[in-house]
Amino acid sequence: MADEVVLVDTWVSMFGMRVRIALAEKGIKYEYKEEDLCNKSKLLLKINPIYKKIPVLIHNGKPVCESLIIVQYIDEVWNDRSPLMPSDPYPRACARFWADFVDKRVYDVAKKVWTTKGEEQEAAKKEFIEAFQILERQLGDHPYFGGERFGFVDLSLIPFYSWFYAYETFGNFSIEAECPKIIAWAKRCLQKDSVASTLPDEKKVYECVVQMRKRFGVE
Amino acid sequence: MAKNDVKLLGVWASPFVMRARISLNIKSVNYEFLEETVGSKSELLLQSNPVHKKVPVLIHGDKPICESLVIVQYIDEVWTSGPSILSTDHYDRAIQRFWAAYLDDKWFPAMRRIRGAQGEERQELVDQVVEGLALLEEAFGKYSKGKAFFGGDQIGFIDIAFGSLLGWLRVTEKLGEVKLLDEAKTPGLVKWAESFCADAAVKSVMPETEKLIEFSKLLMAKMKGAPPPKN
Repeated sequence: MADEVVLVDTWVSMFGMRVRIALAEKGIKYEYKEEDLCNKSKLLLKINPIYKKIPVLIHNGKPVCESLIIVQYIDEVWNDRSPLMPSDPYPRACARFWADFVDKRVYDVAKKVWTTKGEEQEAAKKEFIEAFQILERQLGDHPYFGGERFGFVDLSLIPFYSWFYAYETFGNFSIEAECPKIIAWAKRCLQKDSVASTLPDEKKVYECVVQMRKRFGVE
Repeated sequence: MAKNDVKLLGVWASPFVMRARISLNIKSVNYEFLEETVGSKSELLLQSNPVHKKVPVLIHGDKPICESLVIVQYIDEVWTSGPSILSTDHYDRAIQRFWAAYLDDKWFPAMRRIRGAQGEERQELVDQVVEGLALLEEAFGKYSKGKAFFGGDQIGFIDIAFGSLLGWLRVTEKLGEVKLLDEAKTPGLVKWAESFCADAAVKSVMPETEKLIEFSKLLMAKMKGAPPPKN
C-alpha cells in the first residue's frame, strides 16, 4: 500500500525546513502544499486547530504537528533507512535535550534580533551569540552534533543558517566572527543533498524578512 | 540495580521533578532522591546541568539526563521490563508528545501567570486556561476510551505530563480565587484527576496542596522583597 504523505508548510520557515530535510534524508515522496500565513487555509485550520501553524505532516490522512515531533515520527515510521536519532537511549536523550535547547534558546532570541531595535536588539544579539557559543562547545571537534554522522540536532539547527544573512544584516554583526566553528559546521551540512536542496537562498530569506518587518511595523 | 546507580536531583514542590519520580515508580526503579535546597544550587546540579542549572536531573551511573520530558522518555526506553509509558504505536506517540508539549509551551505558562496578573490580562489568561482544559477534556474522552487514564488502564505520557501540574492548578484556584477545573464543564478530567492522584505511582510523590500553598506564599513574598533586577 503506497503511503500518502502531504506536507503543509511555508518555504521560509526553519521549522518546515527541518521536516523537509528529514523527508529528503529518508527519500520519502510527498505532496508539498505552500501555505500563505497571512491568509490561512481551511485545511490548516482543520489539521492544526490548536496552534494553526505550519509545518503539519499528513500521513495517510492523519495530521502530525510540531516540527521536532514530526521529525521523530518520520524517523520511527521509516526506520529502515538513514536513521536520524541515535539508537541508544542515552545519546538519544542528549539529542532531544539539544534540539529542545535550539527551540528554547535560539528561536525567540533570533526573532528579537530582526524585530527589535536599540537596547532590546543589543540584548538579543548578546543572548544569540551566547547560545551559539554554547552550541559550539557542544559540537567540540566532531564534524556534526550527531558525532560522525548528521543527525537530529544538526537537522534541528541547520535551517537557521539560511536566516543568518538576515540576522547579520539587521543586527549589524558577524556570526562567523563570534562562532567560526558553527559556520564551518553549517557549510559541512550544506554538502549534503538533503540540506542543500532544502535550504532557501539567504538573499531570498532576507527579502522575505524585509517584507515581514514592514508588516510588523518594525521599520 | 543498585540504588545508588540511579539518582534524581530535585525539589519536592516541582511538578517537573514529579514527572521523573512517577516514571521511576511506574518502572519500579530504586533511586536516591537528592533534594536541592530552594534558593541555592548544589555543585552536583551545576556540574550535571551546566546549561540550564535546573532540576530535575536524572543521573544514571555517571550520565546526567536533563529536561523532564526527555527524562521520562529515557526512563521508558531504558527500563523496558516495566509497563510502557509511551505508546508503541508511532502515531499515538506523536499525539502524546504533542499534548505534553502543549501543556509545557502553552497551558502551564498561562496558568502560572494568573496569580500575578490583574484585570483584563488576568481574565484573558483564565480564559486561555479554561479553553485548554476543554481541549484536554475532549482529548481525554478520545484517548482514554472509557478507561481511567489518557493512557487507558495505566498511567501514560499525557497523564504524567498533565497530572504533575495538578498541585499547582489547585494552588492557583485557591490563592487566585478562581475555578479552573470545573465538574460541570470537564467532568471527565475531574474524575481523571482523582484516579491519577490515587494511583500507587503518584500518591507518595504528589505534594499536599496546603504545603504547596505555603511554599507559594513564601516564593511570592521572596520575589516581592527581592531587589530590583539589574539591567
